[in-house]
Amino acid sequence: MEFLVATAVATMTAAGIYLLLRAQTFSIVLGLTMLTYAVNFFIFASGRLTVNQPDIVVDPSGTYADPLPQALVLTAIVISFGMTALMLVMSVRSYFESGSDLAELFGPEEIVSKDRQ
Amino acid sequence: MNHWMIFPILLPAVVAPLLVLAIRNDIVLARIFSIGCSIGLLVVGGYQFGLASDGLIRTYAIGNWAPPFGIVLVLDRLSATMLLLTAAVGLFVLLYSITGWDKRGRHFHPLFQFQLMGLNGAFLTGDLFNLFVFFEVLLIASYGLMVHGGGGATRIRAGLQYVAMNLTGSSLFLIAMALIYSVTGTLNMADLARKIHDTPAASQAILNVGGALLFMVFALKSALFPLHLWLPGTYANAPGPVAALFSIMTKVGVYSIVRLVTLSSVGLEWTLPAALATLVVGSVGILASRSLGQQASFATLASMGTLFVAISGSNAAALSTGLYYLIHSTLCVAGIFLIVDLVIANRPGFGDALIESPTYPNQGIIACMFFAFAVAICGVPPLSGFIGKILVLQSTQGFSNWPWIWSVIFVSSFFGLVGMARSGSLLFWKCNKTILDFALIDANTPEPPMESTPSTSVSKITLPAVAIGCIFSLIVILSVFASPISQFMNATAEQLYDSQEYVDSVLGKDK
Repeated sequence: MEFLVATAVATMTAAGIYLLLRAQTFSIVLGLTMLTYAVNFFIFASGRLTVNQPDIVVDPSGTYADPLPQALVLTAIVISFGMTALMLVMSVRSYFESGSDLAELFGPEEIVSKDRQ
Repeated sequence: MNHWMIFPILLPAVVAPLLVLAIRNDIVLARIFSIGCSIGLLVVGGYQFGLASDGLIRTYAIGNWAPPFGIVLVLDRLSATMLLLTAAVGLFVLLYSITGWDKRGRHFHPLFQFQLMGLNGAFLTGDLFNLFVFFEVLLIASYGLMVHGGGGATRIRAGLQYVAMNLTGSSLFLIAMALIYSVTGTLNMADLARKIHDTPAASQAILNVGGALLFMVFALKSALFPLHLWLPGTYANAPGPVAALFSIMTKVGVYSIVRLVTLSSVGLEWTLPAALATLVVGSVGILASRSLGQQASFATLASMGTLFVAISGSNAAALSTGLYYLIHSTLCVAGIFLIVDLVIANRPGFGDALIESPTYPNQGIIACMFFAFAVAICGVPPLSGFIGKILVLQSTQGFSNWPWIWSVIFVSSFFGLVGMARSGSLLFWKCNKTILDFALIDANTPEPPMESTPSTSVSKITLPAVAIGCIFSLIVILSVFASPISQFMNATAEQLYDSQEYVDSVLGKDK
């Protein structure tokens, strides 16, 4: 299971970083989504991967599932979800304002000259 | 337990939803509530500053959950100073923005209050994950403020880059936190400071990676080289009052780095070279800027560089000079961005571009304000910039490589001086022709761009001048009372480096 989770986190992080470095806003949004998925898995794994364990300490000598990372993941999911929505709204607005999906910063005159007629 | 401690978070957290839900259509009432809330924050900030100046570290366990398990707020000298600074800058920036900026888009006041709430929370919290949450609160509010009032494609794109950059930073923060939690099993900062010393050697590498990532995240927030690339584009394109408020936001990163460095001494070996590089980039940028907004952004960078030189000293004496410079830099940056906004509002068609233009209204008074703030920023006597730089230079005397530090600081100060003198003479001295003369001489001047601001904002100068004057009076106070203030900062830095006292105050002595 460790191998599976580690591979999933690694793949999603790699894909996320690749997409993040592209010049289109849509790719950046996808990349950030991938990255936050990877981060959520990663936080989850920080509480150790256990199966079929209680999340409260019943037997102090036995193992238990750490509930704190699960609570942290919940917070992280909510925040990243909201942020993805905001990012999408801003990309759409940027597309309508400048007529292109590029994320680079132009000087104002370049944007005017590139404006669709 | 002193319940006033949670007020700087609670007050804006109550007022902001009220502003969104109940009085979103009444701008006058919204202004009254927003200003009232900011005054309240200033009063509470002053009270807490008085409390903290006795040197005790006070804690507030939220929900009365005992510290290592529940979230704890910690008020020491540094937190109190930052709270007071935030409240003062927030109030004066708000005073400036009610002259018109708050009407250009919706929800300015609630976002502003949420931003203050996030800032206050970040300065008070003693829990790593809670710090992340308050970072998000202040960032989410800043995303909204960044694109407040539309502002065309450039501002939206700058906002988009700002959001993408900060979301990546937040992801890194979470990764760092998960790494640290997986080794230590705690997120309470005091508990962490205690536990990192008795980590098993096998887990030490994970902890180091976590600490390095955490340092990187805070360096990103405070625009330390090479993570500074986002700052000029963001600040120069943000609305004036918002950029002024953002002057506190970079200081949140500095504050977090100070906490990290004093509690765990992570990342110290990279701070000095990065700080000097930031200083060089900032001062070259001041010379190369094509608009006053850009120049102010690079001046911000240069001041961050000086600040980090002081922090890299890793002793209380150096850190105290850095804290003095931190207050100075926050006030200067806030003021200069308000002046940039005044120039843009009064020069329709030319904005803040560093080119000659015909005379414009209020030129004289804006020139006076720019001169005052430029003197403070460049570190020319007699204002606090000079005192702050002298203090930083003195504190670096003991470093082995002090000739390097001194020469970089001197040369960059000179660059800053030349750049500011150039923009001042271009914007105020040489704009001395009437519109008709100007059109005759410069027949090939391009038509003014479309985004010229409505002329209604041109005549109002009293309230903006009062707001900027208030910020300037704080700089004067900082200069006149330099000796008591730097003594207080000395005590603050000593308290910070006594990490055992911090741990004991939060967790209790017996643990």
